[in-house]
Amino acid sequence: MDDLRSVERIVSDDEKTKISAKNVQVYYGDTHAIRDVDVEIADKTVTAFIGPSGCGKSTFLRCLNRMNDTIDICRVEGDIRIDGEDIYDKRVDPVQLRAKVGMVFQKPNPFPKSIYDNVAYGPRIHGLAHSKAELDEIVEKSLRRGAIWNEVKDRLDAPGTGLSGGQQQRLCIARAVATEPEVLLMDEPCSALDPIATAQVEELIDELRQSYSVVIVTHSMQQAARVSQRTAFFHLGNLVEFGETGQIFTNPTDERTESYISGRIG
Amino acid sequence: MPVFWIVCAVLAIGVIGYGLCRSKAMKSAGGNARNLHSLPSYYGANAFLFSVVAPLALLFAWLIFVPILIDRSIGATIPEDRIAEGSSLGLMMADVSRVSNGLNLAVSEGAMTEEESRSIRTEFTDVRERLASVGVALGSNVDATILQAAQKHRAASDRSRLFMSIAVIALSLAGLALAMSRTKADFRARNTVEAAVKVMLIAAASVAILTTLGIVLSLLFNTIEFFRIWPATDFFFNTTWSPSFGDTGSELGLAPLLWGTFYISIVALAVAVPVGLFAAIYLAEYASPKVRAFAKPLLEILAGIPTIVYGLFALLTVGPLLVSFFGDGGTFGVEWMRGGTAVMTAGLVMGVMLIPFVSSLSDDIINAVPQAMRDGSLGIGATKSETIRQVVLPAALPGIVGAILLAASRAIGETMIVVMGAGAAAKLSLNPFEAMTTVTAKIVSQLTGDSDFASPQALVAFALGMSLFVITLALNVLALYIVRRYREQYD
Ligand SMILES: Nc1ncnc2c1ncn2[C@@H]1O[C@H](COP(=O)(O)OP(=O)(O)O)[C@@H](O)[C@H]1O
Ligand SMILES: [Mg+2]
Repeated sequence: MDDLRSVERIVSDDEKTKISAKNVQVYYGDTHAIRDVDVEIADKTVTAFIGPSGCGKSTFLRCLNRMNDTIDICRVEGDIRIDGEDIYDKRVDPVQLRAKVGMVFQKPNPFPKSIYDNVAYGPRIHGLAHSKAELDEIVEKSLRRGAIWNEVKDRLDAPGTGLSGGQQQRLCIARAVATEPEVLLMDEPCSALDPIATAQVEELIDELRQSYSVVIVTHSMQQAARVSQRTAFFHLGNLVEFGETGQIFTNPTDERTESYISGRIG
Repeated sequence: MPVFWIVCAVLAIGVIGYGLCRSKAMKSAGGNARNLHSLPSYYGANAFLFSVVAPLALLFAWLIFVPILIDRSIGATIPEDRIAEGSSLGLMMADVSRVSNGLNLAVSEGAMTEEESRSIRTEFTDVRERLASVGVALGSNVDATILQAAQKHRAASDRSRLFMSIAVIALSLAGLALAMSRTKADFRARNTVEAAVKVMLIAAASVAILTTLGIVLSLLFNTIEFFRIWPATDFFFNTTWSPSFGDTGSELGLAPLLWGTFYISIVALAVAVPVGLFAAIYLAEYASPKVRAFAKPLLEILAGIPTIVYGLFALLTVGPLLVSFFGDGGTFGVEWMRGGTAVMTAGLVMGVMLIPFVSSLSDDIINAVPQAMRDGSLGIGATKSETIRQVVLPAALPGIVGAILLAASRAIGETMIVVMGAGAAAKLSLNPFEAMTTVTAKIVSQLTGDSDFASPQALVAFALGMSLFVITLALNVLALYIVRRYREQYD
């Protein structure tokens, strides 16, 4: 089955770069959490970040939508551009940026509101809908994108917190998708889910690739192999290796990558 | 033997038991603590409990119940026809025990020999004078019946004391012996001690509950007593409150007092809720850790100020200040306020008092909203204040409502600020610049007067207290219900 998938996984050479990060350093107070990271993330592909826990995957992911700004002691240096525009430029409003770069978290975190209001939250804040009908349409489209519409269409007024873990995570994906982002960041989106829910979310990620550039952090190498076209391997705050997923898993160039993949570190 | 020494003796037996059983346990294990079921100290503690708990309980029960029995049996020996006109058995028994105690005192002070105290007769001695010489004042002359009863009373008490000492110490020794006999290597001393600890904790919890129950019952009985002599419809529906301590002309209507209570509480909450809530939001969401570490305790100091100080503040500062704005010839040129004491004065000051209450509780509740919730909102591109308004506060709302209701029940129960800030006039009026008063303030004034405790003017205080109790209880139950009902939403 994996083999079939890798046949599907054709990465065209003329793909365009969505995010480019150069020489990124991140500090938490005095700890240097990310060192000299250079990454180019392509549009309409799934990029996976793998590595042992504590190596800085989440930290780097959070640089891409400036969520690290919400942590007082965190300091980011370097050059990160989305579509060629420096996102750490003074003129960029991080709030605006986050509307463009959606994020899904490790633990499903629906708001204590109805399913409808959860999804409508982003569009309402950003004024994306001009009428109730338009908002309904956005909500429905997003829930369909999140592959959860059929399960919740009859109970849009029920609280989002009453759904099962897997449904909650798909609701959160729908919520992130509703603001029409260009990039979707996912930080271990399946780590709190059972295998069936995980399979559903993975399927969803593969579909989302049609419209977005997806970056997913995962500690499961099988998952990275299943859903991503490109994989970046982090180790102790360094980006060790970055390349096509098939190549990273079958023929890694760095011995640390090889040890990790064969289960000797992490 | 005096009670103090009995207690000491029992404790001493307990301590000796601790040592004995501990060493016996060690010996039975062949000197190796590993062969014991429990640590050696548990065997000791077990012996201590065995030889102390039951004897002390017996002592306590004896001290409470036996005097009642003695009183009753002595009372039964007084013939009906010896009870003086206009007196009762109860009054006579009070005299009896006073004389009996007086004799005790006289003997212990050396003013009378033991022999004498038993044999004196009213025919030969002026008992009243003799007792007065050791500082026991008796209202009337001691007649023969009372003196005889008192002497019998004294003898019975002495006998009871002796039996009590013997019984308690014997029980203690028996406990020790039982513990000794059970102390063997495989005895589960630890489990016994564990059970005793549990019982102790339950007892502590029951004290609080039983006291509450006692308070409620005493309120209830006095309230019933009040409604027996005063029509309930008048109390609940009369709109005038004007107690006069004479026999006629009293009007005891609850309405003006209740209205004053609510009016002042509403003003107080109108101050405390927004200010407290905003302060909590600032502290929980915006303040840097340094500011927070400094500002939070500072705000909570406000809660530690005695309410009388707030009362002074109301009386001396806020009242005159308000008059200078709203009074005759004041800044605003209106003549709404005639004196410094007014609903507004008390309400504002009480609001200040409640700010830390609201802010501290709300701050804890806001902090309990998971960070993931905020991240989710910020990650969609919401600003901080949008996140707070649309995600954090709704999630925290049940808790905040609970905090507000708790603050409301404090406002309703507050007395000192009202007495000093709002005046003493019971009035049904909408003007917040007028003096009014509350239920609590009137309870104080009804009970601190010179009135007879059985008169409706005094008993009404219990009915007022009961009404207040029911209202605050309802508020607290509502608060708990709301908090519980919506709590699991983000767990
Ligand atoms: N909020 C924070 N404050 C201080 N240090 C942090 C914080 N978040 C992460 N770190 C540190 O940064 C390093 C990278 O963490 P993280 O990016 O969460 O790793 P990963 O997601 O790969 O498991 C870790 O050493 C971690 O201790
Ligand atoms: Mg992580």
